[in-house]
Amino acid sequence: MGGIIIVSSWAIYVIGNRYIEDPLIIALVVIFITTLLFIIAFIITQSFERLAEASRMKSEFISIVSHQLRSPLSNLKWVVELLMSGKISPVSEKQTEYFKVLKENSERMEELVSDLLTVSRIEQGKLSFQKERISLRDLIEKVIKEVGIFSKASNVEISFNSEENLPQIMVDPDQIKLVIGNLLDNAIRYIKERGKVEIDLKKKNDNLYVEVKDNGIGIPKDDQKYIFQKFFRSANVKRHQTEGSGLGLYIAKSIIKKSGGKMGFQSQEGIGSTFWFTLPIFMK
Amino acid sequence: MKKILFIEDESALQKTFGEIITQEGYQMMSALDGETGLRMAKTKKPDLILLDLILPKIHGFDVLKKLKEENETRDIPVIVLTNLEGLEDVEKALKLGATTYLVKANYSLEELLEKIKKALGEESGTSD
Repeated sequence: MGGIIIVSSWAIYVIGNRYIEDPLIIALVVIFITTLLFIIAFIITQSFERLAEASRMKSEFISIVSHQLRSPLSNLKWVVELLMSGKISPVSEKQTEYFKVLKENSERMEELVSDLLTVSRIEQGKLSFQKERISLRDLIEKVIKEVGIFSKASNVEISFNSEENLPQIMVDPDQIKLVIGNLLDNAIRYIKERGKVEIDLKKKNDNLYVEVKDNGIGIPKDDQKYIFQKFFRSANVKRHQTEGSGLGLYIAKSIIKKSGGKMGFQSQEGIGSTFWFTLPIFMK
Repeated sequence: MKKILFIEDESALQKTFGEIITQEGYQMMSALDGETGLRMAKTKKPDLILLDLILPKIHGFDVLKKLKEENETRDIPVIVLTNLEGLEDVEKALKLGATTYLVKANYSLEELLEKIKKALGEESGTSD
Protein backbone atom coordinates (compact mmCIF):
# COMPACT_ATOMS: atom_id res chain seq x y z
CA MET A 1 0.00 0.00 0.00
CA GLY A 2 2.88 2.37 0.94
CA GLY A 3 4.57 1.69 -2.41
CA ILE A 4 1.42 2.66 -4.32
CA ILE A 5 1.18 5.96 -2.40
CA ILE A 6 4.85 6.83 -3.07
CA VAL A 7 4.52 6.02 -6.79
CA SER A 8 1.23 7.98 -7.02
CA SER A 9 2.76 11.03 -5.27
CA TRP A 10 5.77 10.91 -7.58
CA ALA A 11 3.47 10.65 -10.64
CA ILE A 12 1.41 13.64 -9.41
CA TYR A 13 4.62 15.63 -8.91
CA VAL A 14 5.85 14.79 -12.46
CA ILE A 15 2.47 15.62 -14.05
CA GLY A 16 2.14 18.77 -11.94
CA ASN A 17 5.61 19.91 -13.02
CA ARG A 18 4.54 19.68 -16.64
CA TYR A 19 1.29 21.64 -16.34
CA ILE A 20 1.69 23.96 -13.32
CA GLU A 21 4.37 26.58 -13.15
CA ASP A 22 4.23 27.65 -9.50
CA PRO A 23 6.25 25.13 -7.39
CA LEU A 24 4.26 26.10 -4.27
CA ILE A 25 0.99 24.99 -5.89
CA ILE A 26 2.65 21.77 -7.10
CA ALA A 27 3.82 21.06 -3.52
CA LEU A 28 0.36 21.80 -2.13
CA VAL A 29 -1.35 19.52 -4.69
CA VAL A 30 1.13 16.69 -3.96
CA ILE A 31 0.67 17.10 -0.18
CA PHE A 32 -3.11 17.22 -0.52
CA ILE A 33 -3.39 14.12 -2.75
CA THR A 34 -0.82 12.15 -0.72
CA THR A 35 -2.76 12.91 2.49
CA LEU A 36 -5.97 11.84 0.80
CA LEU A 37 -4.34 8.57 -0.36
CA PHE A 38 -3.04 7.95 3.16
CA ILE A 39 -6.52 8.38 4.62
CA ILE A 40 -8.08 6.03 2.02
CA ALA A 41 -5.33 3.42 2.60
CA PHE A 42 -5.86 3.65 6.34
CA ILE A 43 -9.64 3.13 6.02
CA ILE A 44 -9.16 0.13 3.67
CA THR A 45 -6.59 -1.51 5.98
CA GLN A 46 -8.80 -0.94 9.00
CA SER A 47 -11.82 -2.46 7.22
CA PHE A 48 -9.85 -5.56 6.26
CA GLU A 49 -8.55 -5.93 9.81
CA ARG A 50 -12.06 -5.56 11.20
CA LEU A 51 -13.42 -8.13 8.75
CA ALA A 52 -10.67 -10.62 9.64
CA GLU A 53 -11.27 -9.99 13.35
CA ALA A 54 -15.05 -10.46 12.97
CA SER A 55 -14.55 -13.73 11.09
CA ARG A 56 -12.05 -14.96 13.71
CA MET A 57 -14.40 -13.98 16.55
CA LYS A 58 -17.34 -15.74 14.88
CA SER A 59 -15.39 -19.00 14.59
CA GLU A 60 -14.08 -18.65 18.15
CA PHE A 61 -17.60 -17.93 19.39
CA ILE A 62 -18.96 -21.11 17.74
CA SER A 63 -16.08 -23.10 19.17
CA ILE A 64 -16.50 -21.80 22.75
CA VAL A 65 -20.29 -22.10 22.75
CA SER A 66 -20.12 -25.61 21.35
CA HIS A 67 -17.62 -26.72 23.99
CA GLN A 68 -19.70 -25.17 26.72
CA LEU A 69 -22.83 -26.91 25.41
CA ARG A 70 -21.14 -30.27 25.24
CA SER A 71 -20.57 -30.69 28.98
CA PRO A 72 -24.20 -30.30 30.09
CA LEU A 73 -25.25 -32.48 27.15
CA SER A 74 -22.88 -35.27 28.21
CA ASN A 75 -24.26 -35.01 31.75
CA LEU A 76 -27.79 -35.20 30.46
CA LYS A 77 -27.02 -38.21 28.28
CA TRP A 78 -25.38 -40.15 31.12
CA VAL A 79 -28.10 -39.32 33.65
CA VAL A 80 -30.77 -40.56 31.23
CA GLU A 81 -28.74 -43.73 30.59
CA LEU A 82 -28.43 -44.27 34.33
CA LEU A 83 -32.17 -43.83 34.84
CA MET A 84 -33.00 -46.10 31.90
CA SER A 85 -30.70 -48.84 33.20
CA GLY A 86 -33.06 -49.33 36.15
CA LYS A 87 -30.09 -49.29 38.54
CA ILE A 88 -31.54 -46.39 40.54
CA SER A 89 -35.09 -47.74 40.69
CA PRO A 90 -37.31 -49.97 38.55
CA VAL A 91 -38.53 -48.26 35.38
CA SER A 92 -42.04 -48.64 33.98
CA GLU A 93 -42.72 -49.09 30.28
CA LYS A 94 -44.23 -45.63 30.05
CA GLN A 95 -41.19 -44.08 31.74
CA THR A 96 -38.86 -45.94 29.37
CA GLU A 97 -40.79 -44.49 26.46
CA TYR A 98 -40.25 -40.93 27.70
CA PHE A 99 -36.63 -41.58 28.65
CA LYS A 100 -36.11 -42.66 25.04
CA VAL A 101 -37.51 -39.32 23.85
CA LEU A 102 -35.09 -37.53 26.20
CA LYS A 103 -32.18 -39.65 24.99
CA GLU A 104 -32.96 -39.15 21.30
CA ASN A 105 -33.28 -35.41 21.76
CA SER A 106 -30.06 -35.05 23.70
CA GLU A 107 -28.33 -37.11 21.00
CA ARG A 108 -29.73 -34.80 18.34
CA MET A 109 -28.41 -31.78 20.20
CA GLU A 110 -25.05 -33.48 20.55
CA GLU A 111 -24.90 -34.13 16.82
CA LEU A 112 -25.72 -30.51 16.08
CA VAL A 113 -23.04 -29.26 18.46
CA SER A 114 -20.57 -31.70 16.95
CA ASP A 115 -21.43 -30.43 13.44
CA LEU A 116 -21.00 -26.82 14.60
CA LEU A 117 -17.59 -27.64 16.04
CA THR A 118 -16.55 -29.32 12.78
CA VAL A 119 -17.69 -26.26 10.82
CA SER A 120 -15.75 -23.99 13.16
CA ARG A 121 -12.63 -26.17 12.68
CA ILE A 122 -13.06 -26.11 8.89
CA GLU A 123 -13.31 -22.30 8.95
CA GLN A 124 -10.30 -21.90 11.20
CA GLY A 125 -8.33 -24.34 9.02
CA LYS A 126 -7.93 -26.58 12.04
CA LEU A 127 -9.71 -29.70 10.80
CA SER A 128 -7.05 -32.34 11.45
CA PHE A 129 -6.52 -35.35 9.23
CA GLN A 130 -4.87 -38.56 10.37
CA LYS A 131 -4.29 -40.38 7.13
CA GLU A 132 -4.08 -44.15 6.84
CA ARG A 133 -3.98 -46.58 3.94
CA ILE A 134 -7.46 -48.10 3.81
CA SER A 135 -9.87 -50.03 1.65
CA LEU A 136 -12.74 -47.71 0.72
CA ARG A 137 -14.90 -50.76 0.01
CA ASP A 138 -14.49 -52.03 3.59
CA LEU A 139 -15.21 -48.56 4.96
CA ILE A 140 -18.45 -48.25 2.94
CA GLU A 141 -19.55 -51.72 4.07
CA LYS A 142 -18.92 -50.67 7.67
CA VAL A 143 -21.08 -47.54 7.31
CA ILE A 144 -23.88 -49.53 5.62
CA LYS A 145 -23.85 -51.90 8.58
CA GLU A 146 -24.01 -48.99 11.03
CA VAL A 147 -27.02 -47.36 9.36
CA GLY A 148 -28.71 -50.77 9.00
CA ILE A 149 -31.25 -50.27 11.80
CA PHE A 150 -32.14 -46.79 10.59
CA SER A 151 -32.66 -47.94 6.97
CA LYS A 152 -34.71 -50.95 8.07
CA ALA A 153 -36.90 -48.74 10.25
CA SER A 154 -37.41 -46.41 7.27
CA ASN A 155 -38.19 -49.31 4.89
CA VAL A 156 -35.22 -48.42 2.73
CA GLU A 157 -33.21 -51.08 0.98
CA ILE A 158 -29.50 -50.38 0.51
CA SER A 159 -27.53 -52.09 -2.24
CA PHE A 160 -23.79 -51.80 -2.76
CA ASN A 161 -21.88 -52.58 -5.95
CA SER A 162 -18.14 -52.41 -6.02
CA GLU A 163 -15.52 -53.18 -8.65
CA GLU A 164 -13.11 -55.94 -7.66
CA ASN A 165 -9.44 -55.44 -6.76
CA LEU A 166 -9.60 -51.71 -6.13
CA PRO A 167 -6.43 -50.11 -4.78
CA GLN A 168 -6.23 -48.86 -1.21
CA ILE A 169 -6.14 -45.10 -0.64
CA MET A 170 -4.52 -42.72 1.88
CA VAL A 171 -7.29 -40.87 3.72
CA ASP A 172 -8.50 -40.14 7.23
CA PRO A 173 -10.95 -43.05 7.71
CA ASP A 174 -12.98 -41.23 10.37
CA GLN A 175 -13.53 -38.19 8.17
CA ILE A 176 -14.44 -40.23 5.07
CA LYS A 177 -16.75 -42.34 7.22
CA LEU A 178 -18.46 -39.12 8.25
CA VAL A 179 -18.93 -38.16 4.58
CA ILE A 180 -20.40 -41.54 3.56
CA GLY A 181 -22.54 -41.54 6.71
CA ASN A 182 -23.90 -38.08 5.88
CA LEU A 183 -24.76 -39.02 2.29
CA LEU A 184 -26.43 -42.26 3.34
CA ASP A 185 -28.29 -40.55 6.16
CA ASN A 186 -29.66 -37.93 3.75
CA ALA A 187 -30.58 -40.56 1.16
CA ILE A 188 -32.52 -42.62 3.71
CA ARG A 189 -34.03 -39.64 5.51
CA TYR A 190 -35.49 -38.04 2.40
CA ILE A 191 -37.16 -41.07 0.91
CA LYS A 192 -40.90 -40.66 1.23
CA GLU A 193 -41.95 -44.21 1.86
CA ARG A 194 -40.44 -47.45 0.70
CA GLY A 195 -37.34 -46.77 -1.28
CA LYS A 196 -33.92 -47.86 -2.29
CA VAL A 197 -30.44 -46.47 -2.09
CA GLU A 198 -27.78 -47.70 -4.49
CA ILE A 199 -24.12 -47.22 -3.77
CA ASP A 200 -21.51 -47.70 -6.47
CA LEU A 201 -17.77 -47.79 -6.06
CA LYS A 202 -15.42 -47.91 -9.02
CA LYS A 203 -12.10 -46.71 -10.37
CA LYS A 204 -12.28 -43.68 -12.64
CA ASN A 205 -8.91 -42.55 -14.05
CA ASP A 206 -6.66 -41.82 -11.06
CA ASN A 207 -9.52 -41.69 -8.57
CA LEU A 208 -11.91 -43.90 -6.72
CA TYR A 209 -15.45 -42.81 -7.54
CA VAL A 210 -18.37 -43.25 -5.14
CA GLU A 211 -21.98 -42.68 -6.10
CA VAL A 212 -24.97 -42.68 -3.72
CA LYS A 213 -28.25 -42.79 -5.63
CA ASP A 214 -31.69 -42.57 -4.05
CA ASN A 215 -35.27 -42.39 -5.24
CA GLY A 216 -36.20 -39.79 -2.65
CA ILE A 217 -37.85 -36.38 -2.79
CA GLY A 218 -35.03 -34.78 -4.80
CA ILE A 219 -33.84 -31.17 -4.66
CA PRO A 220 -35.89 -28.38 -6.32
CA LYS A 221 -34.03 -26.82 -9.25
CA ASP A 222 -33.96 -23.34 -7.68
CA ASP A 223 -32.37 -24.70 -4.51
CA GLN A 224 -29.66 -26.76 -6.18
CA LYS A 225 -27.06 -23.98 -6.32
CA TYR A 226 -27.25 -23.50 -2.55
CA ILE A 227 -27.10 -27.15 -1.52
CA PHE A 228 -23.47 -27.11 -0.29
CA GLN A 229 -23.89 -23.87 1.66
CA LYS A 230 -23.87 -23.85 5.44
CA PHE A 231 -27.27 -24.08 7.16
CA PHE A 232 -29.10 -24.37 3.82
CA ARG A 233 -32.12 -26.69 3.76
CA SER A 234 -34.28 -26.81 0.66
CA ALA A 235 -37.98 -25.97 0.86
CA ASN A 236 -39.28 -29.50 0.20
CA VAL A 237 -36.87 -30.96 2.79
CA LYS A 238 -38.23 -28.61 5.45
CA ARG A 239 -41.76 -29.71 4.58
CA HIS A 240 -40.77 -33.37 4.68
CA GLN A 241 -38.56 -33.40 7.75
CA THR A 242 -38.17 -30.81 10.46
CA GLU A 243 -34.89 -32.27 11.75
CA GLY A 244 -31.51 -31.38 10.34
CA SER A 245 -29.09 -28.49 10.61
CA GLY A 246 -28.14 -28.02 6.98
CA LEU A 247 -24.48 -28.56 7.84
CA GLY A 248 -23.93 -32.15 6.68
CA LEU A 249 -23.27 -31.49 3.00
CA TYR A 250 -21.11 -28.44 3.70
CA ILE A 251 -18.96 -30.56 6.03
CA ALA A 252 -18.89 -33.49 3.58
CA LYS A 253 -17.74 -31.33 0.67
CA SER A 254 -15.08 -29.61 2.80
CA ILE A 255 -13.68 -32.97 3.91
CA ILE A 256 -13.60 -34.36 0.35
CA LYS A 257 -11.94 -31.18 -0.91
CA LYS A 258 -9.29 -31.35 1.80
CA SER A 259 -8.73 -35.02 0.98
CA GLY A 260 -7.86 -34.03 -2.61
CA GLY A 261 -11.18 -35.11 -4.15
CA LYS A 262 -14.31 -33.59 -5.66
CA MET A 263 -18.00 -33.81 -4.80
CA GLY A 264 -21.14 -33.10 -6.79
CA PHE A 265 -24.68 -34.23 -7.47
CA GLN A 266 -27.53 -34.53 -9.95
CA SER A 267 -31.09 -34.27 -8.73
CA GLN A 268 -34.65 -34.02 -9.93
CA GLU A 269 -37.49 -33.10 -7.62
CA GLY A 270 -39.83 -36.02 -7.02
CA ILE A 271 -37.50 -38.49 -8.79
CA GLY A 272 -34.41 -38.63 -6.59
CA SER A 273 -30.82 -37.51 -6.12
CA THR A 274 -27.40 -38.90 -6.93
CA PHE A 275 -24.49 -37.60 -4.91
CA TRP A 276 -20.96 -38.55 -5.96
CA PHE A 277 -17.43 -37.93 -4.77
CA THR A 278 -13.93 -38.86 -5.84
CA LEU A 279 -10.80 -39.57 -3.85
CA PRO A 280 -7.36 -39.68 -5.44
CA ILE A 281 -5.54 -43.00 -5.54
CA PHE A 282 -1.99 -41.70 -5.77
CA MET A 283 -2.25 -39.02 -3.10
CA LYS A 284 0.89 -38.97 -0.97
CA MET B 1 -12.10 -52.59 46.86
CA LYS B 2 -10.37 -50.58 44.14
CA LYS B 3 -10.37 -46.80 44.50
CA ILE B 4 -11.10 -44.39 41.66
CA LEU B 5 -10.38 -40.68 41.96
CA PHE B 6 -12.54 -38.49 39.71
CA ILE B 7 -11.14 -34.99 39.19
CA GLU B 8 -14.01 -33.09 37.59
CA ASP B 9 -15.53 -29.70 38.39
CA GLU B 10 -19.10 -30.60 37.37
CA SER B 11 -20.75 -31.84 40.53
CA ALA B 12 -23.73 -33.28 38.60
CA LEU B 13 -21.35 -35.47 36.64
CA GLN B 14 -19.55 -36.49 39.82
CA LYS B 15 -22.86 -37.62 41.25
CA THR B 16 -23.99 -39.61 38.20
CA PHE B 17 -20.64 -41.24 37.81
CA GLY B 18 -20.28 -41.90 41.52
CA GLU B 19 -23.56 -43.78 41.47
CA ILE B 20 -22.55 -46.08 38.65
CA ILE B 21 -18.98 -46.60 39.87
CA THR B 22 -20.17 -47.51 43.38
CA GLN B 23 -22.70 -49.96 41.97
CA GLU B 24 -19.91 -51.64 40.05
CA GLY B 25 -18.11 -52.24 43.34
CA TYR B 26 -15.47 -49.53 43.24
CA GLN B 27 -14.84 -46.83 45.81
CA MET B 28 -15.31 -43.41 44.29
CA MET B 29 -13.45 -40.31 45.48
CA SER B 30 -14.28 -36.86 44.16
CA ALA B 31 -12.18 -33.77 43.63
CA LEU B 32 -13.80 -30.66 42.18
CA ASP B 33 -10.59 -28.85 41.22
CA GLY B 34 -7.04 -29.61 40.13
CA GLU B 35 -5.39 -28.67 43.41
CA THR B 36 -7.63 -30.92 45.54
CA GLY B 37 -7.23 -33.66 42.94
CA LEU B 38 -3.44 -33.57 43.18
CA ARG B 39 -3.52 -33.60 46.98
CA MET B 40 -5.97 -36.52 47.09
CA ALA B 41 -3.93 -38.48 44.55
CA LYS B 42 -0.96 -38.27 46.92
CA THR B 43 -2.78 -38.98 50.17
CA LYS B 44 -5.50 -41.45 49.14
CA LYS B 45 -3.42 -43.46 46.66
CA PRO B 46 -6.20 -44.34 44.16
CA ASP B 47 -5.89 -47.25 41.73
CA LEU B 48 -7.11 -45.09 38.85
CA ILE B 49 -7.61 -41.41 38.15
CA LEU B 50 -10.27 -39.97 35.84
CA LEU B 51 -9.17 -36.48 34.92
CA ASP B 52 -11.04 -33.65 33.24
CA LEU B 53 -8.86 -31.03 31.52
CA ILE B 54 -10.68 -27.74 32.04
CA LEU B 55 -10.45 -27.44 35.82
CA PRO B 56 -10.40 -24.60 38.35
CA LYS B 57 -7.15 -23.67 40.15
CA ILE B 58 -4.82 -26.05 38.28
CA HIS B 59 -5.44 -27.02 34.63
CA GLY B 60 -5.81 -30.72 33.88
CA PHE B 61 -2.61 -30.81 31.80
CA ASP B 62 -0.62 -29.42 34.74
CA VAL B 63 -2.27 -31.92 37.09
CA LEU B 64 -1.27 -34.72 34.73
CA LYS B 65 2.27 -33.40 34.44
CA LYS B 66 2.68 -33.20 38.23
CA LEU B 67 1.12 -36.64 38.74
CA LYS B 68 3.65 -38.16 36.37
CA GLU B 69 6.58 -36.24 37.94
CA GLU B 70 5.98 -37.39 41.51
CA ASN B 71 7.28 -40.81 42.52
CA GLU B 72 4.24 -41.64 44.62
CA THR B 73 1.69 -40.97 41.86
CA ARG B 74 3.69 -41.77 38.73
CA ASP B 75 2.36 -45.32 38.33
CA ILE B 76 -1.34 -44.54 38.82
CA PRO B 77 -3.11 -44.92 35.44
CA VAL B 78 -4.84 -41.72 34.32
CA ILE B 79 -7.81 -41.64 31.98
CA VAL B 80 -8.35 -38.18 30.56
CA LEU B 81 -12.11 -37.61 30.28
CA THR B 82 -12.88 -34.34 28.57
CA ASN B 83 -14.83 -32.63 25.85
CA LEU B 84 -11.74 -31.17 24.21
CA GLU B 85 -11.10 -33.19 21.10
CA GLY B 86 -8.40 -31.32 19.24
CA LEU B 87 -5.64 -33.56 17.97
CA GLU B 88 -3.08 -31.38 19.74
CA ASP B 89 -4.85 -31.97 23.09
CA VAL B 90 -4.91 -35.75 22.58
CA GLU B 91 -1.23 -35.80 21.61
CA LYS B 92 -0.25 -33.60 24.55
CA ALA B 93 -2.13 -35.74 27.09
CA LEU B 94 -0.65 -39.01 25.79
CA LYS B 95 2.82 -37.46 25.71
CA LEU B 96 2.43 -36.39 29.33
CA GLY B 97 1.62 -39.99 30.26
CA ALA B 98 -2.17 -40.40 30.14
CA THR B 99 -3.20 -44.05 29.71
CA THR B 100 -6.24 -43.24 27.60
CA TYR B 101 -7.91 -40.14 26.21
CA LEU B 102 -11.70 -40.19 26.04
CA VAL B 103 -14.04 -37.53 24.65
CA LYS B 104 -17.13 -37.47 26.88
CA ALA B 105 -19.57 -36.86 24.06
CA ASN B 106 -18.47 -40.01 22.23
CA TYR B 107 -19.04 -42.52 25.03
CA SER B 108 -22.00 -44.10 26.76
CA LEU B 109 -21.76 -44.99 30.46
CA GLU B 110 -21.37 -48.67 29.57
CA GLU B 111 -18.49 -47.96 27.21
CA LEU B 112 -16.83 -45.79 29.84
CA LEU B 113 -17.07 -48.57 32.39
CA GLU B 114 -15.39 -50.94 29.95
CA LYS B 115 -12.51 -48.47 29.51
CA ILE B 116 -12.18 -48.10 33.27
CA LYS B 117 -12.07 -51.86 33.78
CA LYS B 118 -9.49 -52.18 31.05
CA ALA B 119 -7.32 -49.46 32.57
CA LEU B 120 -7.52 -51.11 35.98
CA GLY B 121 -6.62 -54.51 34.56
CA GLU B 122 -4.12 -53.80 31.85
CA GLU B 123 -2.58 -50.39 31.53
CA SER B 124 -2.19 -50.17 27.77
CA GLY B 125 -1.91 -46.79 26.06
CA THR B 126 -4.58 -46.03 23.51
CA SER B 127 -5.99 -42.89 22.03
CA ASP B 128 -9.62 -42.33 21.07
